[in-house]
Amino acid sequence: MSKLPLEKKVLSENDRIAAELRARFAEHNILCLNLVSSPGAGKTTLLERTLEGFPPGERVAVLTGDIQTDNDARRLARFGFPVKQITTGGACHLDARMVERALAEWRLEELDLLLIENVGNLVCPASYDLGEAAKVVILSVAEGEDKPLKYPAMFFRAELLVLSKIDLLPHVPFSMASARENARRIHPGIEILEVSSATGVGLDTWRQWLDARRRAALAAATADVTPSRTAAG
Amino acid sequence: MHELSIANSILDAVRAEGARRPGTRLLKVGVRVGELSGVAPDSLSFCFDALVTGTDLAPLALEIETRPRRQRCPECDRTFRVVDYDVTCPDCGETETRCIGGDELEMVYLEMEEP
Repeated sequence: MSKLPLEKKVLSENDRIAAELRARFAEHNILCLNLVSSPGAGKTTLLERTLEGFPPGERVAVLTGDIQTDNDARRLARFGFPVKQITTGGACHLDARMVERALAEWRLEELDLLLIENVGNLVCPASYDLGEAAKVVILSVAEGEDKPLKYPAMFFRAELLVLSKIDLLPHVPFSMASARENARRIHPGIEILEVSSATGVGLDTWRQWLDARRRAALAAATADVTPSRTAAG
Repeated sequence: MHELSIANSILDAVRAEGARRPGTRLLKVGVRVGELSGVAPDSLSFCFDALVTGTDLAPLALEIETRPRRQRCPECDRTFRVVDYDVTCPDCGETETRCIGGDELEMVYLEMEEP
């Protein structure tokens, strides 16, 4: 009997495809964000408000994942930007292969922002890298403020927490302070924004965050292609 | 419930290793699962057994080693295990500590019987 050491990631095949996607996004200066939340936290509505705010011709596209129906793609397509539905047919998360397939018909050189709306689920999407620059987790105030403690994997991996539906605060027993504290216990460096897609409060801050990330992605890409003095000798 | 997909990924890798060693009997695969990995060990075992039963891989076993979350303090360099989500350094009280373990989802070994 022998024991063969393996020491490889269980999802190494997914990670390999995700790394290829990440390289393609970098090559085309695309900022890719992976939006995750439980069902009904307001991912699609936040995306509607986001697309609505872009001028025509903005180089943005959306992939939206659901187990069934193309309802979200139809909601998002009316803004005139490329939108594609990924119907997982049962799978509770998107994986890198699904994203790769969905992108096959798009010309990446025509994009500089790709927003991926994952399947509504605070557990499984945490394990699957899609090649994104960052995960954005959305938590509505209609949910519990202890969600970060109950679903630590997701909050640990997300760079930004968007606390959504803040217009409902007067009607629900939700403590902003403890939601923030819980998120920071899991992930001390997580950035946190508060928005209401219904009233528009906080959307400016979200757009500023998005713009800053897009500028940073572009700056990193420019730095990559500019030969440095040391490299040139 | 993505443990079924995870179990499938493990079996894909096991089959690939088996195919490279014809005649070998695969006995057990060892997997490391961190508490931040988002994978439930019990559910993973259940899915793994369900996928293996009745196939050419049976009676392949799965051994799961769970890993707690560990942090390192950037101020005093202390490393510690996180209990009750508290990432504060137990020595110096620093709150911005860095995660150094607990998000693993790795295959560690494959136990087999050579012909």
